[in-house]
Amino acid sequence: MRSVGRSVPRKEGLDKARGRSRYVDDLRFPGMLFGRTIRTTLPAGELLAVRLDFDTAGFTVVDHRDIPGRNVVALIQDDQPCLVERAIRHAEEPVLLLAHEDREALHAATVRLECRPAEPVLDPERSPSAFKELTIEKGDLARGFAEADLVVEGEYRTGRQEHVYIEPNGVIAVPGDGAVTVYGSLQCPYYVHKALVALLGLPHEKVRVVQTETGGGFGGKEDYPSIIAGHAALLALKSGRPVKLVYDRLEDMAATTKRHPSIVRHRTGVTRDGRITAMEIDVLLDGGAYCTLSPVVLSRGCLHATGPYRCENVRVHGRVVMTNTPPSGAFRGFGAPQTVFAAEVQMDRVAEATGLDPVRLRESNALRPGDTMATGQRLGEDASALAVLREAVLRSDFHRKRRAWRGTNRGIGLSLFFHGAGFTGSGEVMLASRAALELRPRGARILVGSTEMGQGTRTTLAQIVAEVLSLPLDRVEVADPDTARVPDSGPTVASRTCMVVGGLLKACAEEMKERLGGLSPAIYLKRHGPLTITREYAPPPGIGWDDATYRGDAYATYGWGCDVAEVELDPVTYEVRPTRVTAVVEIGRAVNPLMAAGQVEGGTAQGLGYALLEEVVLREGRMANAQLTNYLIPTTLDTPPVDVTILESPYRHGPFGAKGVGEMPMSGPGPAVANAVRHLGKDVRSLPITPEKVLECASLSTADAPTSTHRR
Amino acid sequence: MRFSLNGRRTDVDAPPLKRLLDVLREDCLLTGTKEGCGEGECGACTVLVDGVPVNSCLVPLAHVRGRRVTTIEGLRSRLPEALVREGGTQCGICTPGVVMAAATLGPRPTAARVREALAGNLCRCTGYAGIVRALAGARAAPPPRVRRARRR
Repeated sequence: MRSVGRSVPRKEGLDKARGRSRYVDDLRFPGMLFGRTIRTTLPAGELLAVRLDFDTAGFTVVDHRDIPGRNVVALIQDDQPCLVERAIRHAEEPVLLLAHEDREALHAATVRLECRPAEPVLDPERSPSAFKELTIEKGDLARGFAEADLVVEGEYRTGRQEHVYIEPNGVIAVPGDGAVTVYGSLQCPYYVHKALVALLGLPHEKVRVVQTETGGGFGGKEDYPSIIAGHAALLALKSGRPVKLVYDRLEDMAATTKRHPSIVRHRTGVTRDGRITAMEIDVLLDGGAYCTLSPVVLSRGCLHATGPYRCENVRVHGRVVMTNTPPSGAFRGFGAPQTVFAAEVQMDRVAEATGLDPVRLRESNALRPGDTMATGQRLGEDASALAVLREAVLRSDFHRKRRAWRGTNRGIGLSLFFHGAGFTGSGEVMLASRAALELRPRGARILVGSTEMGQGTRTTLAQIVAEVLSLPLDRVEVADPDTARVPDSGPTVASRTCMVVGGLLKACAEEMKERLGGLSPAIYLKRHGPLTITREYAPPPGIGWDDATYRGDAYATYGWGCDVAEVELDPVTYEVRPTRVTAVVEIGRAVNPLMAAGQVEGGTAQGLGYALLEEVVLREGRMANAQLTNYLIPTTLDTPPVDVTILESPYRHGPFGAKGVGEMPMSGPGPAVANAVRHLGKDVRSLPITPEKVLECASLSTADAPTSTHRR
Repeated sequence: MRFSLNGRRTDVDAPPLKRLLDVLREDCLLTGTKEGCGEGECGACTVLVDGVPVNSCLVPLAHVRGRRVTTIEGLRSRLPEALVREGGTQCGICTPGVVMAAATLGPRPTAARVREALAGNLCRCTGYAGIVRALAGARAAPPPRVRRARRR
């Protein structure tokens, strides 16, 4: 009756595939109104007046004066208003909310905003204000550069990326009895709960948030649902009727968060035989108009900025700044894909400068168990950079293809990467997540706030519990994430759910098993009455972190990955077509191999989109291509076969050895594809690698060292 | 407006230019057909009209007068089981559309044929790997490998 390690089908799979699952837009309530958001169109300025150019009979109209609590979207810094009062900081800010029972009447209503424009800040390098700045230091940088024979410099850029979950953001707010219940497509019910309590000025128990089946998240439904839920709740409380607020694709793309654009600069000192002696890295992220999650995105980005390499002398300096653009937010990888891109293209450039093979260079510098990272963290026995690298090189026949394809229109490149599992630094301690397990007559019911959004939470958590209790999987139920019924297990983000929440549930199940003492659940319940076991997070022994100095164990453990990308360059159109990706990941233990592989396959495709296709075009701070017609994501024909190998190196404190997996696959494809294009002789240093960019970028001359390399 | 819906004669009282997608979801209460983009790009709203897959967000009701409309609720197929078994559904919002688009593939299609037939169905979760495995078979699209990492 083993469960863990088996590719059991997902619990809700057939309901989804037969169209029976109910997503938020599939729900309706008696008397329900539809909601609409009126937004600014200027990136910066002041709102002077709002004019309603329609007959307001039958409409519910809400502005900031209707907010009973605080006009903020409560998250990290409470700087973002739920509805604009006067200051306008980006072009998609919500100003006014309308609701009506007839959608056509709702959308026919016209509202004029009178605004006084101001000069916007659109270039992050010219921004006068930072949401966060940090420095990570190790050793002595000057000494490290003095030991080097070569210094390689480079600047790397990545653009915004839109999540494109296929189900747009949406919620329904239902009022009643001085309380409000919000049903919605969301990742973090307790984030929404916290934001609603602040906005509505209601006691905790008067606010209830229920996650409905969610059609993809990728970070895009981490913080933004707090805004939509607030809007729908305000309309519902004012009208006294349920209000559905579901964005169409255009509004979702234009107004919701994007991956932070980045500019990363590297100076790397290296000896002639390929030992890296110094790394100086500067990270700049564009946070957009409000803070949202930017400080933590910057942290994770900087903590991954060295790539998975050992170096005695390191300085990483990072800043995330304000611009008058829609706020950047969480997106799978959370800062790491940007900095790993820079690190891994820089690594190939170091190889070019030293004349070393890119695999050999990585092998000699890759982090090994017991090595010390930039924060002083000592790596555990499960660290697997070399294992994934060697497996990927062998599996893809890298060296033979690298030689054979030189001078053709085919290229091959690789990237080596890692990803910290769980919240950064002391984040998990501060979250103090709780999970509970309730004994049921036939088995057990999982009570957690962790959400299923496609990644398999429901199934994998049930597998962990079923394994401990020696139950068939169908006897482990999973309660809907409903803040009135489940404890706060922390947000469903940061590749933390299986490892952290799964770990708590494993402990709950172990205690339950002990209490049962061999009795069946039904007999236990009859003799002793109800039984619910709750566990709260405690850090693994020996883990410590100092937020002030960025010293210590940044993450409890890390997953490791290596991607080999094979591409073809179309000599006429300059399109780069990926033909095959070999993806090797080490994730501790695959609780459900098929689902773990699904994260790698899907994350790799999303990473290929980031590498080659996906480009958010902003004009005067507004997205000019907020449509799937001209913001392109990979289709079946753009996605090559992905050959996935999962390596297991169990993590001592993870449930059955599991670490995180969800985000990591996003980091590899960008640099692997860029390095494959470099193999074709094109000096690309930014994403996405569009045909225009390939056409314009300089050719690499194999005889010359890169221009930014300074020989001592 | 009269048409055949999942094999039954149906008469819907709705404006002729109302999107078929909205008619199905709101007037017929069949919510298995999903809206992903409303511009014919994502394929989540795929249904069959006279056996041919169409994006129901681009089709006005008047267009299906007297024709046969099949939605996920009316499709008899084992494709859903195959998709679940091979990891071809994750968040699931695109899956009914994928099933409908794939319903017109003959038996044992090649991986290339599957990719071509589903080029109008966007999936953001799976990278299409599980979908191709489910429809073209494991030989055409091998499943992932799991092995113990060597520690050193």
